[in-house]
Amino acid sequence: MSMNRRDFLKIAGISTIAGGTALAGGLRKGMLEAAQTAPNTDALAGKRWGIVIDMSKLKSEENIKRVTEACHRIHNVPDFSNTKDEVKWIWTETFEHSFPGQEHKFMAEDTKHKPFLLLCNHCANPPCVRVCPTKATFKRKDGIVMQDMHRCIGCRFCMAACPFGARSFNYRDPRTGLNQEKINPEFPTRTKGVVEKCTFCYERLAKGLKPACVEESNGALVFGDLDDPASEIRRILASKYTIRRKPELGTEPNIYYIIGGNDYAVVPEIK
Amino acid sequence: MLEKALSGSKKYWTWIFILLVLIGVGTVNYLKQFQTGLTITGLSRDVSWGLYIGQFTFLVGVAASGVMLVLPYYLHNFKQFAKITVLGEFLAVSAVTMCMLFIFVDMGQPMKIMNVLLYPTPSSILFWDAMVLSGYLGLNVIIGWVVLGSDKKGIAPPKWVKPLIYLSIAWAPLIHTVTAFLYAGVPGRHYWLTAIMAARFLASAFSGGPALLIILALIIRKTTKFDPGKEAIQTLGKIVTYFMITNVFFFGLEFFTAFYSNIPGHMHPFAYLFAGLDGHAKLVPLMWTSVIFAIASIALLIFPAVRRNESTLAIACAMVFISLWIDKGFGLIIGGFVPNMFEKVTEYWPTIPETLITIGVWAAGFLVLTILYKIAITVREETAGIEIEH
Repeated sequence: MSMNRRDFLKIAGISTIAGGTALAGGLRKGMLEAAQTAPNTDALAGKRWGIVIDMSKLKSEENIKRVTEACHRIHNVPDFSNTKDEVKWIWTETFEHSFPGQEHKFMAEDTKHKPFLLLCNHCANPPCVRVCPTKATFKRKDGIVMQDMHRCIGCRFCMAACPFGARSFNYRDPRTGLNQEKINPEFPTRTKGVVEKCTFCYERLAKGLKPACVEESNGALVFGDLDDPASEIRRILASKYTIRRKPELGTEPNIYYIIGGNDYAVVPEIK
Repeated sequence: MLEKALSGSKKYWTWIFILLVLIGVGTVNYLKQFQTGLTITGLSRDVSWGLYIGQFTFLVGVAASGVMLVLPYYLHNFKQFAKITVLGEFLAVSAVTMCMLFIFVDMGQPMKIMNVLLYPTPSSILFWDAMVLSGYLGLNVIIGWVVLGSDKKGIAPPKWVKPLIYLSIAWAPLIHTVTAFLYAGVPGRHYWLTAIMAARFLASAFSGGPALLIILALIIRKTTKFDPGKEAIQTLGKIVTYFMITNVFFFGLEFFTAFYSNIPGHMHPFAYLFAGLDGHAKLVPLMWTSVIFAIASIALLIFPAVRRNESTLAIACAMVFISLWIDKGFGLIIGGFVPNMFEKVTEYWPTIPETLITIGVWAAGFLVLTILYKIAITVREETAGIEIEH
């Protein structure tokens, strides 16, 4: 059989298309979810992750600093040393700023000035997820409110919607705010123009580790599945009086606070 | 018809040139923002929306106000508006164009804008706002262009355009309602969390938009051979008056609820905007300018004699426009963010690059408006004296 150049090209073209389509189809069929590619039986499983923060156990400023710095270090959170471009995942505020409207004139000075640890509440009913126009922020099956920094268009509607001020926008290139020698290669750095926030250390949970803030807290932070009646966190919630930030807004925050008694000796300066 | 925008007087070309320069300056500054990020604006972690989103919100109102010309003519056969409905439609086209540009320049990742369509999210009001705004833009481009084209040929417009016109009348309040829902559905921001937000938006839109239309109509009469009509302007003046009174009334309702209930969260944004909070009072002079202009404009407009005199009418309309621009294009957004979620005050003020980008977008909108109005007016000049039933 003789074949001229024209026929050869025709057949070659058709077979390339056919082969390509088959390959693409095959890939789509067999495509796996990212989490499934590295099955880890040690991964922590839960349906509604939450944290109880026992303020009476956060005794000193160093205590708290260790918690916040650990988080920011392992997640490559930049530091620009100005509040305008500030990015933060976990930080502190005094009682009156953490629980506006709950403070009163006559409360104990040390409670009033206690630095409360604040982070994303991973609300059961998150307004940030509701308003996001691209599903860049979404709720995982384990209750974590996640942020897909690749999909985020930087409209900042979620920042307007979050009643807890938990979200930060990268007003400038975050890589310029990192100490190049201390970058954690295990966690991605971000780009300018996207929103970010605490992700409950999803990457650590997948390896069977608790969130970094919990690990660094010396037992002041208790992490667990609120959906599991036998969990330690549920036992604490059932036995101690706890409060949440702005519960009246119906977002169902999953971070609980034990205020503690008058046993806070040191009164650190809050800026 | 587009060719009519290509021939004009020296004044016309000077105006176009000025707009192009402003667009150029805005573009250069935008490229700087694109390069370094939104850090070049006055925005911060606490005040994450500012001038851009304020302009967007204000201009959705201007866009919606085109219906104040279209509705009386098509639903009530108000003949005086016959020749100027197209001015309302083209103003809407230019305003929506600016809205889209303001959203674009506000985005942190503008190159990913198509994600809104690739991952449609019905739970997000912003998604719906994008839908209704582009729909409204399409409707007004088609209606304005087709009706004007028929007028030029001296024939009645095709029948299929009528249902589109009725649709656009219903669509206009919709775009502003959806825009109000961006704010009115957000928990925890007291200044925004009010059921009357959409109603307030419509009242301010239907006074601010027609006020701008009156000023534009007076400029057109002065600079061209087309007269939008004394009666038409007078009727618009009445519309401005009624809706401005409604708008101030609505704002008074907000004020009453906040202060009589005495709930701190509700009072704080008002306190910040009009008196200052914790020693921060950057917006106070601006907000009082808005209040004084609002009251003064109403005091002028309620007297028929003042409205009948077109110079005083123009002054009153300028006051209405400035007052509403401050209230909606600035105060409304900042009042939602100050005090912040921790009851602390972080102030906001636009930077110079941010202001130049904003002026650039306005210039782009006015360029679109100038071109469309030039076409419409040339057609009107050529067909003067011919009455066509739409």
